[in-house]
Formats: sequence, C-alpha cells, structure tokens
Amino acid sequence: MAVLVNKDSKVIVQGFTGTEGTFHATQMIEYGTNVVGGVTPNKGGTTHLEKPVFNTVADAVKQTGANVSIIFVPPAFAADAIMEAADAGIALVVCITEGIPVSDMVKAKDYLKDTNTRLIGPNCPGVITAEECKVGIMPGFIFKKGRIGIVSKSGTLTYEAADQVAKAGLGISTAIGIGGDPIIGTTTKEAVELLMNDDETDAIVMIGEIGGGMEAEAARYVQSTGNKKPVVGFIAGQTAPPGRRMGHAGAIVGGADDTAAAKMKIMAECGIHVVASPADIGKTMAEAIADLK
Amino acid sequence: MNLHEYQAKELLKKYNVPVQEGIACNTPGEAEEAYRQIKTQYNSKFAVVKAQIHAGGRGKGSIVGKDQRGVAVAKSAEDVLEIAKNLLGGTLVTIQTGPAGKVVNKILVAQDVYYEGPNPVKEFYLSVLMDRAKGQNVIMYSTEGGMNIEDVAHDTPELIFKEWVHPGGPLQGFQARKIAFNLGLSGEAFKNCVKFVTNLYNAFVGLDCDMLEINPLFKTSDDKIIAVDCKMNVDENALMRHPDVAALRDISEEDPTEVEAGKFNLNFVKLDGNVGCMVNGAGLAMATMDMIKLSGGEPANFLDVGGTANATTVEAGFRIIMKDPKVKAILINIFGGIVRCDRVAQGVIDAYQSIGNIEIPIIVRLQGTNADVAKKLIDESGLKVQSAILLSEAAALVNKAVA
Repeated sequence: MAVLVNKDSKVIVQGFTGTEGTFHATQMIEYGTNVVGGVTPNKGGTTHLEKPVFNTVADAVKQTGANVSIIFVPPAFAADAIMEAADAGIALVVCITEGIPVSDMVKAKDYLKDTNTRLIGPNCPGVITAEECKVGIMPGFIFKKGRIGIVSKSGTLTYEAADQVAKAGLGISTAIGIGGDPIIGTTTKEAVELLMNDDETDAIVMIGEIGGGMEAEAARYVQSTGNKKPVVGFIAGQTAPPGRRMGHAGAIVGGADDTAAAKMKIMAECGIHVVASPADIGKTMAEAIADLK
Repeated sequence: MNLHEYQAKELLKKYNVPVQEGIACNTPGEAEEAYRQIKTQYNSKFAVVKAQIHAGGRGKGSIVGKDQRGVAVAKSAEDVLEIAKNLLGGTLVTIQTGPAGKVVNKILVAQDVYYEGPNPVKEFYLSVLMDRAKGQNVIMYSTEGGMNIEDVAHDTPELIFKEWVHPGGPLQGFQARKIAFNLGLSGEAFKNCVKFVTNLYNAFVGLDCDMLEINPLFKTSDDKIIAVDCKMNVDENALMRHPDVAALRDISEEDPTEVEAGKFNLNFVKLDGNVGCMVNGAGLAMATMDMIKLSGGEPANFLDVGGTANATTVEAGFRIIMKDPKVKAILINIFGGIVRCDRVAQGVIDAYQSIGNIEIPIIVRLQGTNADVAKKLIDESGLKVQSAILLSEAAALVNKAVA
C-alpha cells in the first residue's frame, strides 16, 4: 500500500482556481491522482478543470467523500485553510504554501491535536506514492516505482535523492516532503516511522537540514527499532554560518546541537548510513541494500 | 527582521511595557539637546549614550581607532558631545559584529536608571521565544541579569527558569506571578513585575516576534520594573500584517549585495569562500555549498533562485556573485522539475552573452526535465561554460577549477 496516499485517495484542492492551484491540479490529474474537486470560497457551484468547485471543505467532503486535501492558499490564509480541512474531517492535509507566519502555525498545530487529521508541511513539495498518486508539486517522472522511502525537509533535494536512487537501479515507494518551516505538521521521526512500518518499503532515505532537533529524534527512533531497515541520511548546511537563515525559515543554527555536524554525529551513532556529500545518496543506498541481501 | 533598541522600546511602550526612556539622535547636536531634555524630564544626574547597531556586546565593544566604548556614561553636555562625535560615523566592533564591525548611524541618549532610592537595584534576564520542539512560546528568565545568558546556562543551569505558554492564549496570571516570585520580588516590585511580563508577552504575540530579549530587566531603587535594553526580532512572514513594523527596516544594517539580490527575489547570503553558486531550492543550495567544500573549495554564497530560473534571474545572480573578487568559479546547480532544463540553459547562455566578458570558469549542472537537451545547448554554445548532468560530475569540475 505504500503510505499516506494511493490510487484510492480522493483529493481536493484548496485554492483550486488560483494560478498555483490550477497549474498543479492539472499536473496531478495528468499523473493519475484522483482529484475529485476543489474549494474556492464564493465560487461554489461552478466547475474548474472539469471538476466541481465548492465554497467550503465541508461541502466538498459531503459531496465527494474526499479524504485528502492539498493547500495552495496564500500565506495569510493558509493556517485557516488547514484548520478548515481538519474541521471537515479530512484525514490527510498537505500544505504547500511557503511563508506562513510562525504564530499562525503554532495555533494551527495546536488545533490539530484534538482531531484525527495528519498535516504534511507547510512549505513542502508534498507526498508522492510512485506511479500511483501524487499530492504535491514534484516532477512525477523522476519517481520510478520501487521499495525505497524518502523523508525530506527540502523539495529539490528530494528530487535529487529520487533521481540518484533510480540511477542506482532502485525505485521509490513513497516520498514524503515534510517541509522546511520551524513548525511542521509531521516530524521527521513520524514520517520515518510510517515508512519503517510499511510492508512495501525496504529502506529509507532521510534528508535533514540545520536547525531544530527533529533529525536527532528520528535517529534515536531508528535505533530503537533495532535498525529494522537501513536508513541513509544526509544533512544539508554543513557549511552554513551560525545565526543566518538559509532560505528555509527553519534552517538556522541556533546552538551547538542543531548544527549539521552534531546531527550527523548522532545519526551515525544510531546506525544510520550518513553521507557527507549529497552526490553519494544513491550509491550509498545501493550498498546498504546490497548488504541486506 | 531585526530592530534597533530604540525602535523596539518605542514598540514596547505601545503595549504599556515600561522602558528606560531615551531619545534617538542622528547628530552630536541632537544628542546635546537630548541630554538637556533627559536631565530635566527624568531628573537624571547623568545620561547613557548607546550606539544603535544590529549586534550585541556594545558595552564591551569599541570604535575602531578611538578609545570609545559602544555604550558610555555622559556626565555633562561636553561629555555627550564628545561621545556622540566618537560614535556617530564610527565603526563599532563587538564580539557579535566580527572584525569588520558596524557603522554607527544613530545613538540613543537614555536616562540614568541607577538613581538612589529606598531599596537596592537589581538586574534580571528575561526573554521570550518559540520552542520549536514543543510548538509553544517559552519565557526564559533568570536572576542573573546583565550577563551573557549562554554562560549562565552553561555554568549555572539551575538559575535559568522556563515558563511555556499555551498557544493562542495570553500568559496566565499564575504564570506571571510564578515568574515574579522566582525572581525573588515582593511588594510593589512584585506587582510591577507581574504587569511587566504580562504586557511583554502581549507585545511578543501582538507584534509577531520571533525573539524578544530584555537584558537587563531592571528593578529600580523605587521598585519599578523596566526594560533597560531590548533585542527584538520580528517574524518576516508576519510583516504583511504589520506595515508599521515593516517600515522600521534599516537596510544600512544589511549586506548591500543581499539587499540587491532581494530586489530580484533571490534569496542570497554572503559567505567568505571562493566558489559562487546558484541553485534552485534552499535545501539543494545548502547541499551544493557542502559539496563545494568537499571538493576542495569554499562556498562564497548561498543563493536560492527559486522556481523561476530564467535569463533575468540568472543574469542578476551572475552579477551579484561576481561582485566578490575572491570568487574563482561559479557553479550553477539546477534540478529541473516543473522548470525545464533547456529553458534554464538558454537563460544561462543569454545572461552570459549579455554580461560579455566573464573571466572565471562557469560550471553548469542541469538535471531533470530535458537535461540532455540542455547539456547539448550549453556544449554547442561556444561559451566557456562546462556542463555536467550528475552531481558527482559537477563536484569533479569544481575540484578542477579550484586546484
């Protein structure tokens, strides 16, 4: 089944009729994702890309039975869109929007605690189960079907990893872009755990960045499973100066514990195959898998 | 976005947070006038003159070529004039500015808070920030004020207290009282402290701060609680709802090349190395910097061109990177997804021809959609551009370029 999304996922697009929403909804439909409609307030009752448009997420759920939502709403309104999706009972919300105020995300994440909704992102490329379902903005063709899972804070690094994995003769089960903001819905550990318990995933690529403590937490979890599946890890930002934000809002070295070196050390101690160069992800994964056989 | 002390204090006053009062000045003349005003208005025996720069350690830092600290006490109008002349236009070097220092364009002439009174004065530390792991704001405070808080945390962690605040709500009354008790306050000072932290937390939330640090938090001899210094950093993502705060941005404090890059929507951070890079995506940009280092070079910058790498953005990127004479080579690393590599390649060729004479080697690594068409375009362009498809090939080319 891979994880999070599959051919049975019924997907709605929040911010459906906007430029971004329209472009990526088209791409998702072309990929084969079952997009059942979209939400744009005050455009309910119309159709867009031959799919129904609803005023609210609740209406969309009622009419289409949607269980996954992808959000392309502008930053000022995105946290509200996340809470609306959760309130309507959507099981998986993927928020692509970059630039949401941190205080908005703190409130949205707190709101989700009392619901059964899982949030991926924000500021992420989304989730893809190879050759089955794409709920995101990634170029689908890079993700050849296979049995390697990817968890990554970065978009283009996810593509880089997927491409290297494919060139190494392997393929992808599900790739989860968790996002580069300081407050995100699903942590590295939670995403790794999903793949660790997935029958269709044999090994995991885990890509982190400077800032925060999520990779260390994930590494300790991997160790606690007795390193059930091989994990190849990379941390971007080994050369980043302290105290500077490197593009992603969450990518900033605050103290000794959130440097790339500190994270790589903990990951190596926990039995993760840590690569220093991003060019070695595919090669190292091929070796780790070979050891398995 | 960082704010100056005088700006942060003005914002705090709007939230009824008491501060050490002062007047921001641009010239020695203004400073002299401010000194007179401070003396009469607050009955101060002397005034404190503080350089306004975006860096800490001002009190211990000094002005290049002069025997002048970044924070100084002035006991007369002559003192103020002299200090102001030394500070304004001078370059202040502190442990946080690095050896290059920062030019002082503004000074704050502030009241004396150490005036005599019935009770002893005390200095505390208090800051508010977001705890990423808990997803909650946390108030961190200590009885050890005026010192470097990292040292306190390291040497005497038992003297640092933390109070987490539930998202969406205010600081509760019992929490504010707990803070005042833990700081050892009683009577009027206790009541004033409860008001201070309650209002300060409202300011943190109301202004969408990333970080708000009061060091020292000060108890005067007549039991007032005031902010003597204030560091405030506001969430840039939230500036859209605070146009008044956004207007306080001081671009003279920022690297000019970073400011220029911002005009082209390029996310640029200046570094110190010899290999420039231009990449799409923040994570891949950091990873590319790391790869430059592993290939024997040193990254000269971080540059994320985002999802639209076209001729205009590439040309702007080239020009910004080449302003640094230390740059020996430039690596362009684009993973084309939605953006087609052949379009990016054409952008590189157009930008190259528009600039004309580029003396340093350019290495272009294009992977993803139409990567092979792109490589052919570059290879047949006749320009001094080396192309690669695999990241490992790009690394080898960087290695050759810096050797």
